[in-house]
Amino acid sequence: MSGFIALLRRDLVLAFRLGGGPFLGVGFFLTVTTLLPLGVGARLELLGQAAGGFLWVAASLSALLSLERIFQADVEDGSLDQILLGPLPLEASVLAKALAHWLTTGLPLTAAAPALALLLNMPVAGYGPLLLSLLIGSPALSLIGTIGAALTAGLRRGGLLLSLVVLPLFVPVVIFGAGAVAAAINGFNPVPALLFLGATSLVALVVTPPAAAAALRIHLS
Amino acid sequence: MLRYANPKRFLDLSAAVLPWLWLGAAGLMGWGLWAGLFASPPDYQQSESVRIMYVHVPSAWLSMFLYGVMFAASVVGLVWRHPLADAAAKEAAPIGACFTAICLVTGSLWGRPMWGTYWAWDPRLTSELVLLILYLGYMALWAAIEDRQKAARSAAVLCIVGVINIPIIHFSVEWWNSLHQGPSVVRFENGALAPAIDPSMLWPLLAMAVGSTLLAIAVLFVRIGTEIGRRRLATLMAQQAAG
Repeated sequence: MSGFIALLRRDLVLAFRLGGGPFLGVGFFLTVTTLLPLGVGARLELLGQAAGGFLWVAASLSALLSLERIFQADVEDGSLDQILLGPLPLEASVLAKALAHWLTTGLPLTAAAPALALLLNMPVAGYGPLLLSLLIGSPALSLIGTIGAALTAGLRRGGLLLSLVVLPLFVPVVIFGAGAVAAAINGFNPVPALLFLGATSLVALVVTPPAAAAALRIHLS
Repeated sequence: MLRYANPKRFLDLSAAVLPWLWLGAAGLMGWGLWAGLFASPPDYQQSESVRIMYVHVPSAWLSMFLYGVMFAASVVGLVWRHPLADAAAKEAAPIGACFTAICLVTGSLWGRPMWGTYWAWDPRLTSELVLLILYLGYMALWAAIEDRQKAARSAAVLCIVGVINIPIIHFSVEWWNSLHQGPSVVRFENGALAPAIDPSMLWPLLAMAVGSTLLAIAVLFVRIGTEIGRRRLATLMAQQAAG
């Protein structure tokens, strides 16, 4: 357990000291949200209807941006070999890294989302489901993304490949997350969508550690 | 099965089977196309455009069948480390992607007169599109990793994760929106499977489905053979460079 916490703390410290930490992802989230009305026009009604889905798409893109860094730097400076040699099972190390990624992207994005929803004129009924769905669903983005990051670790031009590999796997998360908000806005019950979202996150939690660890072992063999 | 993991034995088998596969594919697809496009009656609702079905449904079936082949070959390659299984998984992907694209294009051409739009973001269309992207991502991962073995095993991990995800994707997309007609080739009636379309349409469709499958397997065999040759060439060139 101490190895898990040490690795988590190391990743958090690195995220905060290099490259702006959580604020970079939130900055990206804000910038993309600013582009939306500029692109489709400032029709408040239209924006309000699309806000939930759009914020979910923007959140998954923001998560994607920082995924490449999860293992890339460790492959380059050799710390991944040290992690592999250490006493902590690689599966647990993967989980610690996914958790660090979520704490520096998913969580700040969740906190920023209500303010951006306000900018997009989202109806009041959607705020609760938006917050809850991001809280439940964004860990799945980090977890699924970790598999992609492990598969593309150490590759040149891994970034573009990473998005091609990971984005189709994000489909259920975005559907249920945005679906919960849309249901609440249109006067339906958002709970089923949130439950499905929770199930998706749990499946991701189970599948990710072995899959990502297997991918890393292939690269390091 | 493991007997044919030897490339030489596989090549012998493939040389023996390929003529029959080509013949079966040509015969079944030839008859199926003639019967489907000319001999079978037009649909009472969809009129002549129902004939797109004879190409559309077999390619939809093959888009999933070939992902299954890829998955099986990936598991075998990952567990028993057979280079031939790796080659089979690698070579199944472009064929699968091709049939997925054919399925999407024919479906979209059919949708224009029937639904009044080329693309409707219907669940099955969307699932099929996501499947195409999964195929492309798989092929891109193969292409991006230089070391053959690492590429094979990384791609196998991706393929297996994709298989876990496909039902979830399919279910979520279904939950999200529905417009596509339900399954209508066979239905449960009185507790038994019964064909729901007229025999004059069913037989050409079945012939096309089986014929296209034989075609896909034949192409897969040829591609695996080419891949074996390519690998041999690389070994020979490496030996020559070394000696």
